[in-house]
Amino acid sequence: MWKTIIRRILIMIPQLFVLSLLIFIMAKFMPGDPFTGLVTPDTDPNRIEELRIQAGFYDPWYEQYYRWITNALQGEFGDSYSFQVKVSTLIGERGLNTLWLSLLSVTLLYAIAIPLGIIAGRYQNSLPDKLIVLYSFISYAIPTFVLALIFLFLFGYQYPIFPTSGTVDVQYDPGTWGYFWSKVYHLLLPAITYAILGTTTIIQYLRTEIIDAKRMDYVKTARSKGIPISKVYTKHIFRNSLLPIAAFFGFTITGLLGGSVFIETIFGFPGMGQLFINAISARDYSVITALVMLFGFLTLVGSLLSDIIMSIVDPRIRIE
Amino acid sequence: MTKQVENAATTESMISSPPTGFQVIMREFKKDKLAMFSLIVLVVLILGIFIASAFIDKEQMMRISLRDKYAPPGDDFILGADHGGRSIMEQLILGAKNSILIAITITFITGIVGLVIGLITGYFGGFIDNLFMRIIDFFMTLPTIMIIIVFVTIIPKYNVTTFILILSIFLWIGTARLIRSKSLTESRRDYVSASKTMGTRNSVIIFKEIMPNLSSIIIIEMTLNFAGNVGIETALSFLGFGLPPSTPSLGTLVNYAINPEVLSTKLWIWAPASLLILVLMLGINYVGQALRRSADVRQRLG
Repeated sequence: MWKTIIRRILIMIPQLFVLSLLIFIMAKFMPGDPFTGLVTPDTDPNRIEELRIQAGFYDPWYEQYYRWITNALQGEFGDSYSFQVKVSTLIGERGLNTLWLSLLSVTLLYAIAIPLGIIAGRYQNSLPDKLIVLYSFISYAIPTFVLALIFLFLFGYQYPIFPTSGTVDVQYDPGTWGYFWSKVYHLLLPAITYAILGTTTIIQYLRTEIIDAKRMDYVKTARSKGIPISKVYTKHIFRNSLLPIAAFFGFTITGLLGGSVFIETIFGFPGMGQLFINAISARDYSVITALVMLFGFLTLVGSLLSDIIMSIVDPRIRIE
Repeated sequence: MTKQVENAATTESMISSPPTGFQVIMREFKKDKLAMFSLIVLVVLILGIFIASAFIDKEQMMRISLRDKYAPPGDDFILGADHGGRSIMEQLILGAKNSILIAITITFITGIVGLVIGLITGYFGGFIDNLFMRIIDFFMTLPTIMIIIVFVTIIPKYNVTTFILILSIFLWIGTARLIRSKSLTESRRDYVSASKTMGTRNSVIIFKEIMPNLSSIIIIEMTLNFAGNVGIETALSFLGFGLPPSTPSLGTLVNYAINPEVLSTKLWIWAPASLLILVLMLGINYVGQALRRSADVRQRLG
């Protein structure tokens, strides 16, 4: 068990190294440097040049890379010139918003997908099954931004049930119940959109898994012992089919991160995805590199998490 | 009498030779009415877009006329006009043409790259296979959308060609992985071993003997990739990091809806493009799934 986990973490190190190298090279190609923002008509070009030499702008690339990566490992990504704060502070604030949004989305996603998958699998070829298969096909084919826009238009403007942007209404004070509810209320529409888009894999997996399980010997044995069919489902089939779903958790996180760029932009939600788009528009390179590095790291953690859960659930794939 | 003989002959030929790939696909589409419908809608839609785009004067279309700013659908403009008084209908047709053409180009580039890499790594195995699998593993863990956006913003001479190349760098992975696993199992078959013993060259075995056996998988994969590429291109254009402004895309039209006023009150600007994207995605994906079913004996309808 522990061997598997340690091995998986060791594999991550070279991947992270190559990713950081790639991001460093990209950052070198980005026009401008941290001092371009300081230039005013009165600045002495020689002074800027001195600053550049001081900051090691002309050092060999490997020295610059070493400096950048050691700072990055300590969470130090420099200052954001468009927001005038430390990058780590900025990402901390926005990251928390994205975290809440992701938590609610994942909860909703599982709450929608598991019952639908179970119904579709148990009552195969019935009308509900056909509707669920149709639903999962549509939610698979529809692009994120189209669904998000349609939902925002329908439930934000046409039938204004939900707020159209932001994270909380201003009239509430932090710490009160009203504040909390207003926060959840602002999260709901983007979270529902996320959840609907992510359900397909889980529904289809559960459905085929349950349909296959019906023909298994252990199900026949249970039935011939006289166990009622509903008990066979709840005590035998579902337990076997639901376990692997846990392993999808990691990949769900990865999917959420990819979608956050679109969802947060459309719903005006100040999280990391929106921050990324803003930083790109403002050419705020210290923020961009930090975010790409963080997203790359989180994607790796997502797949690590999936592998670890899988090895807990399924002992066969453990390395002894 | 002769008729009977003929009948016997046809039944015999039906028994002796299993239906070929194309016949199987035809049967699947005949059985699955919705797949047939999707295919017809797609063909009509794509042909219509290409024919109509030939009649559009691009210079005139992009001319700004402030008098027609946000003109609602009516006699002058079938689908209304945008903030510069440009016809939505014409932008829609040209945008759809660009989106489809670019998606097809990317599909072919990534398809060929993925196919060649997948076939070679799966056939030879060993060092090449290990090397490419590490590269593929690395690509799989990248935050692709973000890195594409960064690439788009830092490339100095940015145009349609570079956009296609940037996307292609990141999108061959899936095809390569799939083809590799299929080519791996195919390479262990007897006919490949027999061919090897006879001294056939590796290149001939790979491209003349293994590849034809994977043709149905290649077609399915490319159909589904085509849908995926339409989605990615329009999504990036929607964010403003896709096609350059001089080349309208379906995503560019949907992008106007970022402005809350347009989203809530000027439905004619963004809804047709969103609807067209939706129809394309649903149609291509449905056809792709029907193809996939016809390639799998257990799932076949007919």
